[in-house]
Amino acid sequence: MSKLSIGGVELKSRLFIGTGKFPNHQILPEVIQASESQVITMAIRRVNLDSKEENILEYIPKDCILLPNTSGARNAQEAVRIARLARAMGLGNWIKIEVISDNKYLLPDNAETIKATEILAKEGFVVLPYMSPDLMAAKRLVDAGAAAVMPLGAPIGTNRGLKTKELVQIIINEIDLPVIVDAGIGKPSEAAEAMEMGAAAVLVNTAIATAENPVQMAKAFSLAVKAGYLAYHAKLAEQHQLAQPSSPLTGFLYEEVR
Amino acid sequence: MGFYDVYSQYKNIDYHQFYEELTDSDILKIIHKDRPINEIEFLALLSPKAENYLELMAQKAHTLSLQHFGKTVLLYTPMYLSNYCTNKCTYCSFSIDNQIKRKQLTAEEIEKEAKAIASMGFKHLLILTGESKKDTPLSYVIDAVHILKKYFDSIGVEIFPLTVEEYQQMIEAGVDSLTIYQEVYDEEIYRKVHLAGRKRNYHFRLDAPERGCIAKMRNVNIGALLGLGEWRSESFMTGLHANYLQNKYPDVEISVSFPRIRPHVGVFEDIYEVTDQNLVQFMLALRIFLPRVGITISTRERQGFRENLIPLGVTRMSAASSTEVGGHSIEDAGDGQFEIDDKRSLEEVRAAIFKKGYQPIFKDWVRI
Ligand code: SF4
Repeated sequence: MSKLSIGGVELKSRLFIGTGKFPNHQILPEVIQASESQVITMAIRRVNLDSKEENILEYIPKDCILLPNTSGARNAQEAVRIARLARAMGLGNWIKIEVISDNKYLLPDNAETIKATEILAKEGFVVLPYMSPDLMAAKRLVDAGAAAVMPLGAPIGTNRGLKTKELVQIIINEIDLPVIVDAGIGKPSEAAEAMEMGAAAVLVNTAIATAENPVQMAKAFSLAVKAGYLAYHAKLAEQHQLAQPSSPLTGFLYEEVR
Repeated sequence: MGFYDVYSQYKNIDYHQFYEELTDSDILKIIHKDRPINEIEFLALLSPKAENYLELMAQKAHTLSLQHFGKTVLLYTPMYLSNYCTNKCTYCSFSIDNQIKRKQLTAEEIEKEAKAIASMGFKHLLILTGESKKDTPLSYVIDAVHILKKYFDSIGVEIFPLTVEEYQQMIEAGVDSLTIYQEVYDEEIYRKVHLAGRKRNYHFRLDAPERGCIAKMRNVNIGALLGLGEWRSESFMTGLHANYLQNKYPDVEISVSFPRIRPHVGVFEDIYEVTDQNLVQFMLALRIFLPRVGITISTRERQGFRENLIPLGVTRMSAASSTEVGGHSIEDAGDGQFEIDDKRSLEEVRAAIFKKGYQPIFKDWVRI
């Protein structure tokens, strides 16, 4: 499997995982190990450095890349402030922009996300924006300096799979940056499907965190992502509307020439 | 248009006839629906008929809660700044006529309480006062917030209703969440239980959560004091109110609390019974109606019951509560508002949440 390069860093694993929603932090090291994930996202608003037990960083292996997110931000300004706070807290310079001002469906605000991306990229952050899959917005994010784009497969937490498939496919086809499918993926088969479409990686949280056995589910996702990636690079055989006969009906036209 | 219009639209419906006409298959269809349910379907889930399907409703509510909130419960604690009150509510110990020990914390005492509470590990604090603009004017609450924000990441207020401008002042001072209960949506009962004082103004209270949203509070928590009115209609109105706010102010997190009336110093006897089963039905119906709404359970409820509610959709719980003014650190604390039931320490509550397979969280917001 070739490596994925984001912000100048080469990654072996194409599965990113989230840390919210788990029944405890103690389970994280095992989940991370089973997932083989190297990029771990966490909400800054939840990071509690004061308490050893509550401090999530104690449970994330040192060789993983931290991907703090700005969840809770309702506009670009808040996202920028949260990102700066994350850097000041020593969480590195990768940041996932999450700007959500719709608490009913939790859909991201692309316009505000573009603004925040522009500001933070200029400040030297490796910016990974979470977005609604819209081609023009994705292009603007590229211009704003994003290191990858993260369209949603379905609204956060819904486990509904790749409801936005057509739109994500267009972004994959048209954008030169890595496209990471974030949110909505509920099953390993859906992660494999995203990879088969040509996604560079997928980010999974709810489906692993709320599984009966999160460690085993992390493993399942790891395998699915690899399978999908291999399938994409093996160049999936094309699908055809009509059966293609092994002895074509117009074959005789060419026989005479021979 | 305010919420009163929604209230008016539904207040005269014939609940009994509606319940009568419901069939088992109606209820099952609603529970199994893959899309959000509407107001009338929500009412159907509050019906006597739906009582036969509580387990199915619980399964659905559990799945929705897991998807949206995962296995986590946020912990917070209340801090009473003052128990002076100029109102006369028949169900509350702080009512002006009651002979209780009144107290109001000084700046030094607030700091002392803050240190005691913060040292336990709390990051989210809810500050409360009785409703007396004379004894606890806005400036007093704002001064308190200035002291408290050194110690806590999130500060909520549960005080007398304010104007939009006043809520904005609170937000500037560092407040990010507002709790205000209508107590009872039924206007007639409202008039009967609020005998005197500013609180008699039903409309000013009813619109307070909306004013908080307009001012851009991050979180607005509403509720009815269960027991003052008939629980099904009160639950219905609470859900409609939450839905109204959520639709109109999508950038505000809306939460609902389920306070049941508790023993207190006072005269109110005319209580409608709300059983554990009733409370559970309300919670399940609400979760199915509004999958993203926050659900808060206070220490008014007993410990075992609180734990069993967690998987059904609870997102926030208070712990180590005292309803006494200065109850966390001060020896001559003032009298409490009502009796609490779950009297366990924070450590015990944490351990119990872990045991239930959930993670207790102390911090869910960061002041920026
Ligand atoms: S419920 Fe509130 S307003 Fe009424 S008496 Fe108690 S503290 Fe005062």
